[in-house]
Amino acid sequence: MSSLAHTAYPEEKLQEVAKLTLCRESQVSTLLSIFGERQHLSFPSIFIYGHTGTGKTYILQTVLSTLELPCAFINCVECFTPRLLFEQILNHLHHHHPAPENEFSSKERCDTFNDFVRLYNRGMSELSLQETFYIVLDKAELLREMDANLLPGFLRLQELTESNVTVIFLTEIVWETFRPNTGCFEPLTLYFPDYSKVELQKILSSEFPVKYSAEFYASYINILLGVFYTVCRDIKELRHLAALNFPKFCEPVIKGEAKESDSHKLWKNIEPHLKRAMQTVYLREISSSQWERIQQEDREASHLKGLSAHAHVELPYYSKFLLIAAYLASFNPARTDKRFFLKHHGKIKKTDFLKKHEKTSNHLLGPKPFPLDRLLAILYSIVDSRVAPTANIFSQISSLVTLQLLTLVGHDDQLEGPKYKCTVSLDFIRAVARTVNFDIVRYLYDFL
Amino acid sequence: MSKRKSKDLCLPVGECISRVHAILRQRLFQHHGKPFGVDSQHKHLVELLKRTVVHGESNSALIIGPRGSGKSMLLKGALEEILAMKQVKENALQVRLNGLLQTTDKIALKEITRQLHLENVVGDRVFGSFAENLAFLLEALKTGDRKSSCPVLFLLDEFDLFAHHKNQTLLYNLFDIAQSAQTPVAVIGLTCRLDVMELLEKRVKSRFSHRQIHLLNSFSFIQYLEIFQEKLFLPASFPDSQFAEKWNESIKSLVESKMVEDILQKQYSASKDVRSLHMLLLLAVCRVSVSHPHITAADFLEVFRLRNQDSKANIMHGLSVLELCLIIAMKHLQDIYDGEPFNFQMVHNEFQKFIQRKAHSVYNFEKPVVMKAFEHLHQLELIKPMEGLSMRTQKEYRLMKLLLDNTQVIEALQKYPNCPTDVKQWAMSSLS
Repeated sequence: MSSLAHTAYPEEKLQEVAKLTLCRESQVSTLLSIFGERQHLSFPSIFIYGHTGTGKTYILQTVLSTLELPCAFINCVECFTPRLLFEQILNHLHHHHPAPENEFSSKERCDTFNDFVRLYNRGMSELSLQETFYIVLDKAELLREMDANLLPGFLRLQELTESNVTVIFLTEIVWETFRPNTGCFEPLTLYFPDYSKVELQKILSSEFPVKYSAEFYASYINILLGVFYTVCRDIKELRHLAALNFPKFCEPVIKGEAKESDSHKLWKNIEPHLKRAMQTVYLREISSSQWERIQQEDREASHLKGLSAHAHVELPYYSKFLLIAAYLASFNPARTDKRFFLKHHGKIKKTDFLKKHEKTSNHLLGPKPFPLDRLLAILYSIVDSRVAPTANIFSQISSLVTLQLLTLVGHDDQLEGPKYKCTVSLDFIRAVARTVNFDIVRYLYDFL
Repeated sequence: MSKRKSKDLCLPVGECISRVHAILRQRLFQHHGKPFGVDSQHKHLVELLKRTVVHGESNSALIIGPRGSGKSMLLKGALEEILAMKQVKENALQVRLNGLLQTTDKIALKEITRQLHLENVVGDRVFGSFAENLAFLLEALKTGDRKSSCPVLFLLDEFDLFAHHKNQTLLYNLFDIAQSAQTPVAVIGLTCRLDVMELLEKRVKSRFSHRQIHLLNSFSFIQYLEIFQEKLFLPASFPDSQFAEKWNESIKSLVESKMVEDILQKQYSASKDVRSLHMLLLLAVCRVSVSHPHITAADFLEVFRLRNQDSKANIMHGLSVLELCLIIAMKHLQDIYDGEPFNFQMVHNEFQKFIQRKAHSVYNFEKPVVMKAFEHLHQLELIKPMEGLSMRTQKEYRLMKLLLDNTQVIEALQKYPNCPTDVKQWAMSSLS
């Protein structure tokens, strides 16, 4: 472990930082060298980017708080207007906390950047702060959507205030997308690399529960990473999954069916379980408490499926056919209707279709809009009994639109007749078609 | 003079290093020192300002140059020279405005009042118009002074942003005052936009003197090297002369070394502006510590590498295998359809083809899992939805475009830790 040597800060503090920041030694030492000593001028702006869960926020928080550097830590999601942002920074500067005594008010009212710079300078001279003041803006990508002068202004805040201030931006997104049209003061960009698999293993294993040995937990983490690593590298997500599935992993040991060292047996037990977790918990289709409950109640849980698997709506009989008709109208070219729905369609060579079939299928391009007449025409030909075009049918169309199974395209132009689009997936429509014994695949041009 | 005594002091290394940091950081962050190769512009500006503050003549001018070309530094130098002159010592007033701070004319006017210390004079007075208000402010200065009115220097940073204010009221009034022989004012604007004149309205343009001072970073590589050396040299007033000597020698040898020259040549060809050079130097200076008391060529190499990383390749390094596969699929689609936009369904289809035909290491994931990976790419802004599409399209069919090019993908693949060979081959099958 490389020791963090820096003359400006006491040895114990640095060791404490090193202990708290696993696998981020080089980033911490770079940061410290850039910060320099307390009184030294520091960089006007530092832009730190890296994937979520690479410890950007955590490292900065740890370093700044352990070394007791004066700072304001701002989350741009929380402070979504310039005023909130400015007032929050000033509050931090003055160590002012909104509380019942001061009726949760800020230290000073501040609406514009101009006022902010003035008030900030006044605060600085009141406090006679010689050290570098750090303003950390977390989730800085949101600054782009705020007033246009905010981002360039914060980038050169040191120049504008003529004081020793460093603004640090934390984000997942690369700097190139931030740069305004006419350019701006370029910040120092730093990259926080993602954790390697070994590092992930090390960090996750370091949190083993007291009841079990470290090796046992490490072997569990190894299995977990084996399943999820190709899909997800976010340490927060992995940590969540690890905590949720650990009881299941321990089950055979508690029951006495296996020993802690029977790694193969344990693996066989947990692997299908983890794969199922990927389809459910990972996608947030069921909540973690639901997942835990299911684990306790239903030991087999083989039929457990995510939300998307049993997306199913109970619809009236004609609505089902309407939806099927809409699906066909959306995904079949209008010229092929003749072939599908006319009894005596004459001679249409199959090769004609096959040649065109080479083109990209409609199932890749998405649904096309269709006029109401076509929908009704298809509906009449796919329903066995005779359907009268009553208000009943039309109201079902509008309720399908309300359910967002169909969408209305364009404006509600009464002259031309409305156009619709079907917005359900193939799996969904197949499930619907099955309930009315309609073989929809036979009617789809793409599957001819 | 008192420095001479302390010159023979021999400070501990830690102390020396700390001072080196303090001096160089101060110099490089606050852009102290003389601007380079702008003597004629400097003279021009000083002359212009002198006319205002000494002879009471009104003037207006624009300083135009790309970012980091030393516009502010030029102005600062000229002002220092002007203020050092005897005649103007207490006479001239400065008003500094910045387009980033004063986003409307109302704020700007308040700021002008504040900077002229006229809040008390204005009090609760109500003004009919902007012009009236500004005229009142200047009038107040006139009567407050001894015999004539005192000259005011208006320094407008980010000048182009003021042109976006409603009706350009501030600019109109400032130029109007400068043109009519009222109070002597000098209006100096700083901007990086060469087309700034196009932004001005006709009535504003006609009141402007059309004096433009251009700064164009027109120094040669030899001069660039000189700047480099000058910026890193320790001044003669450094307390520990021995250390300073050693330091300066090490800097000299740095300039002579081939490696550093190569790096500087690369930097020079990429960007001539001094600010990027400063950034490079600062990062190198930051690496100096007690155990590493001098800058070495290796430091520069490392710093240069750090500064020139491809950020998108960096981000791609942290993607999961599944996400990487999706990017490759998008790449294939772009090659097939000549850069046409794609949607999730097409990418998924392409990915599916790969899984069925060639993949051994990647297994088939459920569609929602792939969708989550796709959305993550969107969140990272590696792909971007095409504009002008309604939000009502299903997310599977929303058209997207990829914001990466072939070389970036290849670079990322080569650096990618434990990249499965089949994925690599799949990528190479069309990228090469």
